[in-house]
Amino acid sequence: MSGVRVLVGTRKGAFVLTSDAKREQWEVSGPHFAGWEIYHVKGSPADPNRLYVSQSTGWHGQVIQRSSDGGKTWEPVGNQFTYDGVPGTHQWYDGTPHPWEFKRVWHLEPSLTDPDTVYAGVEDAALFRSNDAGQTWQELAGLRGHGSGPRWQPGAGGMCLHTIILDPSDPQRIYIAISAAGAFRTDNGGETWRPINRGLKSQYIPDPDAEVGHCVHHVAMHRSRPGTLFMQKHWDVMRTDDAGDSWREVSGNLPTDFGFAIDVHAHEPETIYVVPIKSDSEHFPPDGKLRVFRSRTGGHDWEPLTKGLPQSNCYVNVLRDAMAVDSLDSCGVYFGTTGGQVYASADAGENWAPIVRDLPAVLSVEVQTLP
Amino acid sequence: MIRVVLPAHLRTLAQVKGDVMLEVHGDVTQRSILDALEASYPMLRGTIRDHDTQQRRGFVRFFACEEDLSHESPDAPLPDAVARGEEPFFVVGAIAGG
Repeated sequence: MSGVRVLVGTRKGAFVLTSDAKREQWEVSGPHFAGWEIYHVKGSPADPNRLYVSQSTGWHGQVIQRSSDGGKTWEPVGNQFTYDGVPGTHQWYDGTPHPWEFKRVWHLEPSLTDPDTVYAGVEDAALFRSNDAGQTWQELAGLRGHGSGPRWQPGAGGMCLHTIILDPSDPQRIYIAISAAGAFRTDNGGETWRPINRGLKSQYIPDPDAEVGHCVHHVAMHRSRPGTLFMQKHWDVMRTDDAGDSWREVSGNLPTDFGFAIDVHAHEPETIYVVPIKSDSEHFPPDGKLRVFRSRTGGHDWEPLTKGLPQSNCYVNVLRDAMAVDSLDSCGVYFGTTGGQVYASADAGENWAPIVRDLPAVLSVEVQTLP
Repeated sequence: MIRVVLPAHLRTLAQVKGDVMLEVHGDVTQRSILDALEASYPMLRGTIRDHDTQQRRGFVRFFACEEDLSHESPDAPLPDAVARGEEPFFVVGAIAGG
């Protein structure tokens, strides 16, 4: 019988939540790696039993864990992320040059076809790849070597490469996003990259055509339309239909267009989800109401989804990697909060219920649809 | 045998309970202990000292015989009591971070 496995990364460990296709009764496993920050857990599309975990602490740095049995057992693998060549400098907060220094892995993206190949987006921003199931990591240095690298600046959360999207129709094409440099694309498997930020308008950047410097929070794609991307920027929800060559705003009637998370319905490529957050200085939902907003028109027209979500006194945040969808016939939507709740909807957002209420602050949520 | 006490996070990572016992050949120094530790527990590489520079991580400290040895040379001989296995070598996660 089919089911789902929800992979949750939190400030103090990882949790695995499993259910059958009804998604009513849940088993909770964890904390795995208790006490460590788990920025991301993700499964291989090519082998659902292969999972990768980014585990870190300020004391002991980065560890990568791998499972080959769906999370029952784990094995630490390679954690050496060495920048290619002379690392060089990027801009520090005060505008001065600052040397590139590895801090942590924000996002792990397993290959669509090979369980032993996985990409890692790291802080300070760079993209690494492992072809041996995480034992060794090599930087795809063409990204950081793009001429704009010395002008990249950290966002408030650090200069992190947080989004990696592999094009299912073209193995040579990869999209990534960096806070606060912007989005980039390669069309040759990572050898060379170019910024894809035309059309993004960012307050306080005087040049409306600035090539880099945009605080992209997250990007999502539907696999049937790999040239269409949806972006939650610091402010503004954006879309592109030409693989990032040009973006246009689709914030429409959202109560606020600030936020972090964004995702696309598994079967409806024009149905997208965001969780509006009040502002960059007040990281909680407007009016204390936790609302997911859904657009069935690819943006512009949004409806609030509230059934089962707290509609008063709710002041949590939903971080950029903390929303995901399953691909069951009735699309499930999931998100986690900094208050430790993981909410699930088994009917595309109409009704919500918490799977768990009291985890540590949730950093990431991914979902595997199991056969 | 040299006795090493790891902080809880690293005991979990290395899947050990209690102290770690190590055979160290030659001079007993921070470097020779950590080399032996990482050889026996490769998952600890990078978590106590940097992979490339071999520098102690900022929030990790080394203690033995009630002394903070964190700023000693990694090649300085450790106290005889550590070398004889009478006193442990402590790897400590600094109390920091709130």
